[in-house]
Amino acid sequence: MNTNTKSGGAGSRARGTVLAAGRGLALAVASLPLSILGFCLSLVSMALIPIGVGALTTPYVVKGVRAYAERRRALAERWGGLRVPSAYRPASDSVNPFRCTYALLRDPATWRDLRWLLVDMTAGFVTALLPAVLVLYPLEGFALAAGLWRVMGDGDGGAYWYGFVPVDDQPTALGAGALAGALLFVAHRYTVSVFQVHFRLTEAMLTPSQAELAERVRVLTETRRDAVDTSAAELRRIERDLHDGAQARLVAMGMDLGAVEMLVDKDPEQAKALLAQARRSSAEALSELRDLVRGIHPPVLAERGLADAVRALALRLPVATEVSVELEGGRVEAPVESAAYFAVSELLTNAVKHSGAGRVWVDLHHGSGRLRISVTDDGAGGAAIGAGSGLAGVERRLGTFDGVLAVSSPAGGPTMVTMEIPCVLS
Amino acid sequence: MRVVLAEDLFLLRDGLVRLLEAYDFEIAAAVESGPELERALAELEPDVAVVDVRLPPTHTDEGLQCALRARRRRPGLPVLVLSQHVEQLYARELLADGTGGIGYLLKDRVFDAEQFVDAVRRVAAGGTAMDPQVIQQLLARRSGDGQGPVDRLTPREREVMELMAQGRSNAAIAGKLVVTERAVAKHTANIFVKLGLEVSDDDNRRVLAVLAYLDRDR
Repeated sequence: MNTNTKSGGAGSRARGTVLAAGRGLALAVASLPLSILGFCLSLVSMALIPIGVGALTTPYVVKGVRAYAERRRALAERWGGLRVPSAYRPASDSVNPFRCTYALLRDPATWRDLRWLLVDMTAGFVTALLPAVLVLYPLEGFALAAGLWRVMGDGDGGAYWYGFVPVDDQPTALGAGALAGALLFVAHRYTVSVFQVHFRLTEAMLTPSQAELAERVRVLTETRRDAVDTSAAELRRIERDLHDGAQARLVAMGMDLGAVEMLVDKDPEQAKALLAQARRSSAEALSELRDLVRGIHPPVLAERGLADAVRALALRLPVATEVSVELEGGRVEAPVESAAYFAVSELLTNAVKHSGAGRVWVDLHHGSGRLRISVTDDGAGGAAIGAGSGLAGVERRLGTFDGVLAVSSPAGGPTMVTMEIPCVLS
Repeated sequence: MRVVLAEDLFLLRDGLVRLLEAYDFEIAAAVESGPELERALAELEPDVAVVDVRLPPTHTDEGLQCALRARRRRPGLPVLVLSQHVEQLYARELLADGTGGIGYLLKDRVFDAEQFVDAVRRVAAGGTAMDPQVIQQLLARRSGDGQGPVDRLTPREREVMELMAQGRSNAAIAGKLVVTERAVAKHTANIFVKLGLEVSDDDNRRVLAVLAYLDRDR
């Protein structure tokens, strides 16, 4: 092949052909064992769920398969130029493996991945390998024509088959060479498209269905409505608190001062008493405003961010509380920060009020695009989502950000509540 | 006594200047932002700094950070921090170096001019002035399990300890509780015994000791 003298277009096509063949070969060799392994492990792991072992292994296997599928999605975008969307439900790292497994099995994406593995190890393998075959097989034909036919026979005078051409002397060898030339022409034209078929296949198998996207939209609509409702209720509460509290006290203060103005000459004693009362009113108004501000956006959160705000929160608790933080110096996005803070605050209040705990541990950690917070106490346990525990409210708060909540609280304790919110640090 | 004052709200700054001047303080500088405060503390070497926690340009805890930096450069530089909110986290950071000359008060406390000025003087003299809210939170959390040494104090001893932790002298405590100074001395001795602290005449050290004790298993 003398591509250098051909036009630039043909040259780049030849390069594309060779590139597709090389990538196809690498992909075929690497993906076949991985796909078979993923498929078999998934089947075995799921088959073992009834005896309990599967529940422990399935989350790991399914997450491994997901990571593998995401790799192949990235590859489809880089090599095939196809964007394959993924729609995995946010997986909770629940401490209860059965719950975690159940959630994964209910996600249609899990089953879609399995189906894809099956197709990938068969049709996917063939379409990945074909470009390499198309490019390499003609080389054998040329070699035969060049004289290799002399050593390729089976020794008893039987012919060596190249494609449909039986090769046993120079003319037939030249025939094989001609076939190889034709094949190479086909390869030159179609290798890239054949390789593209492989990625189209990946796309077809891995793209979430309309129903799933519709479900996702439904969840988003619901959480948005919750968020709007919650913030509207919050605004009403703030308005009411201001109206009944600080505002009323300032009015009273104004009235007291008016009375003082009148009394200051006539009855200095009475005026002094009213002044003292006005000062008390202003102090009370201030302290109410302080509480209100703390309820809207705590000062330490505004000044220092989530980690120190949680530390400050822990210092105010009547129970010994240990806070460990791993946020790599970054700050969480403001809305997530606020939601996370109030969620932790609610959980700590629960722990102190209801569990009778003597110690509480809070753990903040950010890794692989998720903020994970766990609140653990050594109290009586028995907490559950719903049942008026306030956990439902926390769950709703997190839902706005696609966050999830997992509770492990056997009777007798300990209680461990884990929250996970997808977010980036800034 | 020369004071550097940092407060971003004009009304409050103006009020504080007038208040302090009325009590014969000399205002070396009254600034409204973090960088200005930084410069004033470095150049003017005041006897005491009165600083708002939240200052421009960041409107975060700029004032507190400036104060902490200034105290690292000049250990023991008396700083009285004022805030709309009192947070134990900040109180601890201020007390952490253990050199005294620290105050941390709610802004409301300026309503009582006498007490506020007393606090500024105490801090300038190397003592402490902690807001009663900080002390109450500390005591509240210690009494949580009902078993701690703080719970063995009598109600009167608790009152004495609260005032002591705020940084007041025996004479001031006696005045406040309407008892004799000798009675206060007896109470403090009892408190030190019950808390297992060594008796010390130094106001500042004994406050730090109390706070450190309350804080120790954190």
